[in-house]
Amino acid sequence: MDTEKTGNNTGLFWKLFTAPIGKNNPITVLILGICSALAVTVQLESALVMGLAVTVVTGFSSLIVSSLRTTISPRIRIIVQLVVVAALVIIVDQVLRAYAYNASKQLSIFVGLIITNCIIMGRIEAFALANRPWLSLIDGIGNGLGYGMILVIVAFFRELFGSGTLLGYQIIPESWYIANGGFYENNGLMILPPAALIVVGIIIWVQRSFYKL
Amino acid sequence: MENIISIFVKSIFVDNMIFAFFLGMCSYIAVSKNVKTAMGLGMAVIFVQMVTLPINYLLNTYLLTPGSLAWISPELADMDLSFLSFIIFIAVIASIVQILEMVIEKVAPGLYNQLGIFLPLIAVNCAIMGGSLFMQEREYAGLGEATAFALGSGIGWCLAIVGIAAIREKLSYSNVPVPLRGVGITFILTGLMGIAFMSFMGIKL
Repeated sequence: MDTEKTGNNTGLFWKLFTAPIGKNNPITVLILGICSALAVTVQLESALVMGLAVTVVTGFSSLIVSSLRTTISPRIRIIVQLVVVAALVIIVDQVLRAYAYNASKQLSIFVGLIITNCIIMGRIEAFALANRPWLSLIDGIGNGLGYGMILVIVAFFRELFGSGTLLGYQIIPESWYIANGGFYENNGLMILPPAALIVVGIIIWVQRSFYKL
Repeated sequence: MENIISIFVKSIFVDNMIFAFFLGMCSYIAVSKNVKTAMGLGMAVIFVQMVTLPINYLLNTYLLTPGSLAWISPELADMDLSFLSFIIFIAVIASIVQILEMVIEKVAPGLYNQLGIFLPLIAVNCAIMGGSLFMQEREYAGLGEATAFALGSGIGWCLAIVGIAAIREKLSYSNVPVPLRGVGITFILTGLMGIAFMSFMGIKL
């Protein structure tokens, strides 16, 4: 992408910011970062926390690597990038443990796995190494949000149909359940891991038919 | 000994890296178009897992867990370095992969031709990092248990990718709806395979 163009900067920022949320989505179109995406989607709350954590890490790692891009020698760049990302993830992990202990316990090892999230390395390699720091920050945040959005959509369906709640609040009326003389039963499959894969498969289907990819 | 066997079997079937935890999905989706390359990557994952996980286990036990520095001197007994574990694990994995690549190229060029292209991919494969983090979280007792977990999780991952590659080879003859072709159908198939693997959950070990 030619970023040295001067005129119409806001337009460029906006485009960089929105492309990964819609038709360049890192999960459904580029198939990056699925590794840790699905395991945290049983509940909406952990999906929100995870999306936020990844957004922070992608944004700032892109910013830092992009500011260092002229000084890093290409031979050792992978290890430098990993150190930058790992340091940011440690900060995020410590903050989560201090201020959101329950969420951090639920995410368990998946906070640490942000380091190996392909979105982060992918954006650094493909964008931050060749562009100015501010643009890289915007691009990183956009990609983090695109990732978070898919997480939230998957978690929305899994929590609603799997446990009948959203963010812990009961959505499906208690009187509907068979136990209370109604007709409804929670779908236990939605809580199990395979359901996440199937929901993502369907989202990809819908999105590809929508954007005609 | 029984414990080691049960950890081994459990990590292949019940706690399968792909079907239960979605670890290593990126390379799983990207490199599963034919069985031969899938097998190569699967072998490389088993290999790297077997090397890195015991090393990370030793580092975790003698360096990172709270109070583990006591073997150096008693004054260090209340040190807690566990916040460093992410950076140490990833550094170990990245450097081991780098060293392995060089050693294999020198010693066994035939193997290098098969595994070589996959090795850099593995440095950022979540299955490897996830294995080390699970080892830390589940607090395996002894090097034997950690190694059994390493072998089991590697084999489980290999099994999953070879399975999906075989299905995808056959799938090229089927008439899948156009927007679902490629990645979409792979996700749904993985979900169905995961449901099949859930039947192992009932096994008491």
